[in-house]
Amino acid sequence: MSRIYDEEWLGQRLRVLRRAPQGWVRAAQELPAARRSLDEIVARAEADLEFRAALIADLENALTQAGFEPGPRALDELRKRLELRGGQA
Amino acid sequence: MSSLDAATDAELVRRCREGDAEAWNALVERFSRYVYAICVKGFRLRDEDAEDVFQDVFTRVYTHLDKLRDDAAVRPWIAQLTRRLCLDSIARGSREQPAPEQDFEETGDDFAEIEEAFAVREAVTTLGEACQEILDRFFAQDQSYRTISAELDLPAGTIASRIARCLRKLREELEGRSEPSGESRE
Repeated sequence: MSRIYDEEWLGQRLRVLRRAPQGWVRAAQELPAARRSLDEIVARAEADLEFRAALIADLENALTQAGFEPGPRALDELRKRLELRGGQA
Repeated sequence: MSSLDAATDAELVRRCREGDAEAWNALVERFSRYVYAICVKGFRLRDEDAEDVFQDVFTRVYTHLDKLRDDAAVRPWIAQLTRRLCLDSIARGSREQPAPEQDFEETGDDFAEIEEAFAVREAVTTLGEACQEILDRFFAQDQSYRTISAELDLPAGTIASRIARCLRKLREELEGRSEPSGESRE
């Protein structure tokens, strides 16, 4: 395929891939750490019935008390994994 | 600049699978603009929907990386995943709030342009940091000569010629790529 890479064509293509918002990129980069944190919470909830009850009663408060600070997406994921959908949250 | 900027897609995927956090950061950095462009340029999603799709794409990439059969095919896989999730988002939106007429029409032009833009961007990464910076500021961030001059501490009168020089180098780089041979290119 032969193509003429003139300045106009190049300029148009360079404008297409704009930076995604920094917060989105950072959140995606922090995914592995966030998932490790979620795994830890779920494992603890399975092993500790008292902790699980506290999570069911007030998810965000129980997490804060336990030293976790998950964001809204992580909270949604956690609700699903703990099967709290439609519950207290 | 990360030492992983020059890594192939396959190498990045392999290192991500081994739990290398730096490689994951680089993979997100490499494909974030691409995923974003598919969401907002290809499918014209609203910001809040685009953000959901964006995060969902990278969550699935992270959790399903083991299932990727060909590490070098990560880009088409990400493209396919993003398109599917964008279509799901549009379908969900129209179920929740039926529009009198659908204002989205998928055309090949925007997607072809995104693919070309990705190839151009890959070529830009070979030009050196100074060119990458000035081209990105001028074209992708819409910065004026004055802003670029102030932020990069360069004489204002030289910005246009620097951009022209970088574009020339970019053209030479692209013309030198006579046929698709990189493993990350389709």
